[in-house]
Amino acid sequence: MGVPALQLTDVRKRFGQTAIINGVNLEVAAGERHAIIGPNGAGKSSLFHLISARFPVTSGSILLKGESVTGLSPHQINRRGLSRSFQVTNIFHNLSVFENVRCAVLWSLGYRYSFWQRLAGLTDANLQARRVLGEIGLEHRGDTVAGILSYAEQRALEIGITIAGGADVILLDEPTAGMSNSETADAVALIRRVTEGKTLLMVEHDMSVVFDLADRISVLVYGEIISTGTPEQIRADRAVQEAYLGTGFSAAEIDRA
Amino acid sequence: MSGAPPLLHRRRLLAWGALAAVLIVLPLLFGKSFALSLLCQAGIMVIFALSYNMLLGQTGLLSFGHAVYFGIGAFATIHALNRVDHGLPLPVTLLPLAGAAAGLAAGLLFGYVSTKRAGTTFAMISLGLGELVASASLMFPALFGGEGGVSGNRVVGHAVLGISYGPQIQMYYLIAAWTFVCIVAMYALTQTPLGRMANAVRDNPERAQFVGYDPQSVRFLMLALSGLFAGIAGGLSALNYEIVTAETLGAQTSGIVLLMTFVGGVGFFYGPIIGAVLITLLQIALAGVTNAWLFYFGLFFLVMVLYAPGGIASLLHMHRRLWDAGRLARVLPAYAWVGPPLLLFFGGLIGLVEMAYQRADGDDMTMKVFGSRLDLSTATPWLAALLAAAAGLALLRASWPRVAEAWRQALASAEGGEE
Amino acid sequence: MEFTLISLLNGVTYGLLLFMLSSGLTLIFSMMGILNFAHASFYMLGAYFAYQISVYLGFWPALLFAPLLVGLVGALVERYGMRKVHKFGHVAELLFTFGLSFLIEEVVHLVWGLSAVDYRVPHFLDGTLFTLYTTAFPIYKGFMMLVSVGMLAALYAALTRTRIGLIIQAAISKPEMVEALGHNVPRIFMLVFGGGTALAGLAGVIGGNAFVTEPGMAAAVGNIVFVIVVVGGLGSLPGAFIASLLIGVIQTFSVAIDYSVADFARQIGFHVQVTPTLARLSISQLAPMLPYLLMVGILIFRPRGLMGARES
Repeated sequence: MGVPALQLTDVRKRFGQTAIINGVNLEVAAGERHAIIGPNGAGKSSLFHLISARFPVTSGSILLKGESVTGLSPHQINRRGLSRSFQVTNIFHNLSVFENVRCAVLWSLGYRYSFWQRLAGLTDANLQARRVLGEIGLEHRGDTVAGILSYAEQRALEIGITIAGGADVILLDEPTAGMSNSETADAVALIRRVTEGKTLLMVEHDMSVVFDLADRISVLVYGEIISTGTPEQIRADRAVQEAYLGTGFSAAEIDRA
Repeated sequence: MSGAPPLLHRRRLLAWGALAAVLIVLPLLFGKSFALSLLCQAGIMVIFALSYNMLLGQTGLLSFGHAVYFGIGAFATIHALNRVDHGLPLPVTLLPLAGAAAGLAAGLLFGYVSTKRAGTTFAMISLGLGELVASASLMFPALFGGEGGVSGNRVVGHAVLGISYGPQIQMYYLIAAWTFVCIVAMYALTQTPLGRMANAVRDNPERAQFVGYDPQSVRFLMLALSGLFAGIAGGLSALNYEIVTAETLGAQTSGIVLLMTFVGGVGFFYGPIIGAVLITLLQIALAGVTNAWLFYFGLFFLVMVLYAPGGIASLLHMHRRLWDAGRLARVLPAYAWVGPPLLLFFGGLIGLVEMAYQRADGDDMTMKVFGSRLDLSTATPWLAALLAAAAGLALLRASWPRVAEAWRQALASAEGGEE
Repeated sequence: MEFTLISLLNGVTYGLLLFMLSSGLTLIFSMMGILNFAHASFYMLGAYFAYQISVYLGFWPALLFAPLLVGLVGALVERYGMRKVHKFGHVAELLFTFGLSFLIEEVVHLVWGLSAVDYRVPHFLDGTLFTLYTTAFPIYKGFMMLVSVGMLAALYAALTRTRIGLIIQAAISKPEMVEALGHNVPRIFMLVFGGGTALAGLAGVIGGNAFVTEPGMAAAVGNIVFVIVVVGGLGSLPGAFIASLLIGVIQTFSVAIDYSVADFARQIGFHVQVTPTLARLSISQLAPMLPYLLMVGILIFRPRGLMGARES
């Protein structure tokens, strides 16, 4: 039992009088694939925003690999090995696909704010960027301007940018949103491949993806985690069934959803 | 794919070589001294505008006070020039380095304050800082020379290899050399990690954070470096004109560089070069001919913002695409249709504007036009101009759809051909 | 004592005028996200239109029609300019208003010439309202205060108590929703822009004859207005109010104070050996710099302004 990759203790977030996150306790073990599910408006994306420091927490603590990250800014957290994707595709739309991915590897390779080194001569950065492009299946689109990619290609690029820097804790926010069945299957295979050996925390609505990928699942309802467990445990949990479907439905119905 | 450096390298070197050749040969093509001073001014403005685009086009920072770095560099250089007389061991050739150092220092100082924010707030800060420095300059006459500015003499020290910088032609080659160096340096900067991350921060500062970069640091560094190059331009200006006044770091200078860069095109590295040359040409040519040149500049700028926000470079790029696909000939006939209405419209407009300026500023109510004398107190010339403008506008609106249609077809054909 | 009171009154009058300008600017910014660089140009147009109208028809028609005329120009600018540029992004919008400010100044030069025009305080408002000790406080300044306060009260009432005002407030934060509810949001934008510029025009009508009416007046006051909105906090009306009064008072006081740095040092017991230039600098000489110093100070210590929203 090593240090958990992520540890949230009594995390709360309030906007004015409205409480979005109401005391979340969550522990994600290193190397685990953990999914967060819940009805719309439960606060799943907000939770991600808090972990990645897009918003500051109102109270509570967040530990990344055993060290506190509360109060740090997003880039500082990223430099400590946490990387995230976004629900609404968030890429560098005027740069080429290759450039997008290369930007994502620069800091991790130590190039920082260098203005004395030529990009074309950074062999390791270029190689790694090309490798990631291959992994996400966009090697033939390297020179295309990112803004004109198709939706599914942009989602793949989004994932590529997220993992390119070699972060070991990956947060994916609804990676398969808006995808067809075949696209989803491809995406799941991609996610499984690129998060091999890393810690994955994922928000998802698509239950088949969740039950396929996740080692453990947490259910977030009204800013609180009502249940955490393995997929089987969650499937059988009464409280979860009620939260999603109201009373009187069976596990079989959830399976079909 | 992105790569194939050897070929690109050769093409790139050829391009630089061509640029150098052009710079060397230019003054020999134009004999008059008037042309020479124009070239000198253009060279200085090219460096200035390129430094400005490091902020606007590359990092997405709109600044209304960039003249501060230009002016501070100019003042530093002219003071250094005056020290050369008293034993400062710096050759005049390298004096713009004083400008560079001062511009960098100012960039570091002001950049720390300004880059805490981006977007509109940054623009406002830059405006305020510009005004602050401009008003401060009148308070410290020792540094800024008060009303009369600070002057110097660039013919100091020993002439090395016959170069004393007395003759304007020698000044031109100094400017040309510095312009070449700065263009290469600023271009090289766009191909570095910082340069690329500046683009990333421009496109999506939030995403840049989540790949490990602090947007504020990126902006800060770009501002400081931009100040360095603006300082070099200022230094060259100080040497060229041998005087620096408060106006050098004032609002009008900030406005002009903004105009140049935007009109040239912020989305392309060479855009500001086009803008700087064009506006310098227009400024010198128009200011001698009409009092309304400021009005025309304002109008030109507005028209560009409304109809061609990508600047001249983007227009060239669009035509280049058609040229590459062999479809350029298709749009040319349409241009022939809109040409005359455009001329009519502008003729009428210019007539109105010139007459108005003559009436507002001139001593008498007559105006000399192509040899004949117009009486501005009567209604006739006004009505004629108004009619011409209105007719031109109407014809323009009627014929413009031809251009739009021609473009649509040409582009479609180009796409179809490429498949 | 007398000096303080009179300067305070003058400062508040000037500050209220500045608030008329900065409130319009803040409204436009809150609603459309653009900082209208040409806002002070509409102030200038108000003064010039009022001058021209008053030459033919007198002061009261000028007071009524000039702001409306300016508002009309503003609405047209929004309809045919801003709306077109909107799709090119924020930078293009800002640049459009920047170019516009330039052009308006040149058009004014074109039509009315470079020198100041003789836009005067009407004789029935010319005179002393009351005398404080030995200084006379003019009726016209009192009139200015009256118009400013009245206009702002009317604005407040309109925004918070009328239907259109509530719709505008809603459209400021959620334009798509308001449009989905069936309101013509583009027309609302045009209304707000026209209203904001009309407010600036009104400020010009009453300010143009108290101060001078010449083509440089826009630039002179324009920069101060930007300082105000930054200091007050972009998008905050109460912040703009406080900042306007603050800067109005600071500017009025500082121009008249001859206190120098050396004087201050002597007061606290030093004989300062700073360079003579620095020591001899009096507050009145520093006066033009003070608003910008304040702005830079705010930006260092409290970047969101006095009452602005924190950037997330």
